[in-house]
Amino acid sequence: MTVVRDRVTTRLAVPTMRKQSPLIILVLGAIAVVALTYTLPPFRTYQLATVGAYLCVTAGLTVLTGLNGQLSLGHGALMATGAYTLALWQNKFNLLVVGIIVAILVTTAVGAVIGLAAARLRGPYLAGLTLAVAVVVPSITSTFDGTFNSDQGLSVVLNPPPESMTVEQWQAWVCWGGALLTVFTLALLTRGRFGRDMRAVRDDETAARLAGISVARTQVTAFVVSAACAGLAGALFAVIAQSVSPGAFPLTLSLFLLMAIVIGGLGRLTGALIGALLLVALPAVAHEIGEAAGSQRLEGNLALTFFGVVLVVVMLAAPGGLASLRIPLKKKGQR
Amino acid sequence: MDRFLFLTFDGLSRGAVYAAFALALVLIWRATRIVNFAQGAMAVATAYVAYSVADATGSYWLGFIVALLAGLLLGAGVERVVMRFVDHSSPLNGVVVALGLVLIIQGVLGMIYGNEFRPATAPFSRDAFEIGGVALLSRYDLFVFAAVGAVVVLLTLLFTRTPTGLRMRAAAFAPDVSRLLGVPVGGMLTLGWALAAAVGSLAGMLVLPTELGLNPTAMDIVFISAFTAAVVGGLDSPIGSVLGGLIVGLLLSYISGYLGATVAPMAVLALLVVVLLSRPDGLFSRSSKARTA
Repeated sequence: MTVVRDRVTTRLAVPTMRKQSPLIILVLGAIAVVALTYTLPPFRTYQLATVGAYLCVTAGLTVLTGLNGQLSLGHGALMATGAYTLALWQNKFNLLVVGIIVAILVTTAVGAVIGLAAARLRGPYLAGLTLAVAVVVPSITSTFDGTFNSDQGLSVVLNPPPESMTVEQWQAWVCWGGALLTVFTLALLTRGRFGRDMRAVRDDETAARLAGISVARTQVTAFVVSAACAGLAGALFAVIAQSVSPGAFPLTLSLFLLMAIVIGGLGRLTGALIGALLLVALPAVAHEIGEAAGSQRLEGNLALTFFGVVLVVVMLAAPGGLASLRIPLKKKGQR
Repeated sequence: MDRFLFLTFDGLSRGAVYAAFALALVLIWRATRIVNFAQGAMAVATAYVAYSVADATGSYWLGFIVALLAGLLLGAGVERVVMRFVDHSSPLNGVVVALGLVLIIQGVLGMIYGNEFRPATAPFSRDAFEIGGVALLSRYDLFVFAAVGAVVVLLTLLFTRTPTGLRMRAAAFAPDVSRLLGVPVGGMLTLGWALAAAVGSLAGMLVLPTELGLNPTAMDIVFISAFTAAVVGGLDSPIGSVLGGLIVGLLLSYISGYLGATVAPMAVLALLVVVLLSRPDGLFSRSSKARTA
């Protein structure tokens, strides 16, 4: 029975995006990043590192929301989980690579718990639950302030980078190492059987179930994978900022992430890259406008407003996002 | 025991506000199958307007009335300009658009008023007066009960006793048939959004003096609590949302009183998870099958 089912789903599968092999992207991306870190000035290199860190989480989120149809507003909180785990680990053991892996594992575990609940919820219920998760972060850090040190947060102990490179270069390498691995893994995953299962569940749960796909298992797996990406991103942000605090992971961060994947085109890894770039570029532009206008109030809020306008306009005019102005996003299954 | 009584009344007062806010969510959900995630931000926006008017004129009540009117206008505007054009093929779209509105409103408010907390004054004393030696209720709590009670009664009368209310219910439950029968469905939706936003503004005006004060993000936690209240009540039931609001208010009051205020958001999350996983149609419904809306 299983054999037959496998053959059927394979043959009837939604055609996957046929593009360059992920491995080539990985190599080209690595070369590009290395080249950029040696040509860009330090501040731009730092921004490049931030883009890499954002790319980890937007790539994971766009797979979850775009390919599997689950909306999560809790990814800011998952990033906080990864960041705090790394901070606690570093302050005790100071072994960065292991620390990042531990951060990913812990976030994956938290993501599995949320994902188990999320798999049973749809639409606004899921959005409300994950929103509550995002809002609860400061409450947790204040309640257990012995561990998380309340609003001040923790600093992150880091060894100095190798002598041959600057801090910014090192940060960019670490972040993009993580980002490229994330994108590579996600590209492989979504092209294969798992990707087809996710799309099938998104488009029509009943049909997917009839085809023998375990809807709940697919949804939980998608959430867990995406949570792992968020955990990595959180850990990388902790490395870049060398500190973690609840203020770095507000609700607006989760909304920004949503904006990033929507504007880039839901479910596309190139869209995740566009989104990650915008997440760094737009606040920088808003900052310059704010400085030029001499108004502090303008700075952060201009970016906020702009993101909001973009989100609304894109959803109303081109739900497929910038990466797909020609090909509209397939309508998601509705019951 | 005294403390328990005090916390109970405090919880009921908070719960009344959550009930009003949840009622606003339920109104829109029943009419359009959209949970208005921008409700909190919209309420904050009208509260800012209200306090600007109150500061300029010196009259709290003028500001209060302006808040309700601004709520009506904002609700109608959001429906007419944005929500009407949302593609309903996926339930995600409405949520995402509402979240975009949250960003816009918070950004604009921050640009105009700044991101600091501003004091939100209460029209009545918040000191509890003692009954039989026990501090139970403040004048402000009584005002909250009266205001929320009036809203519930007025909405009930509107929906059950007036032709407009009947049309609104018809437009929500069977839009196509209603349209054939001559009900202006679009207009009813606009009216529904306007009413809901005004109720949300009222809840915002009532809750802000009891929280940290005015801030663009001041209603985030209130929104979560009210959403939980609406879910506890079943999201489809106005009476359920009022009961849900009172339950959430009591729970939050006991948790804050006995365990500390920082634990309260976690308690809301826990309640939301438990209700969604065990009784997704609300505590008062008989079925418990998973929501697929």
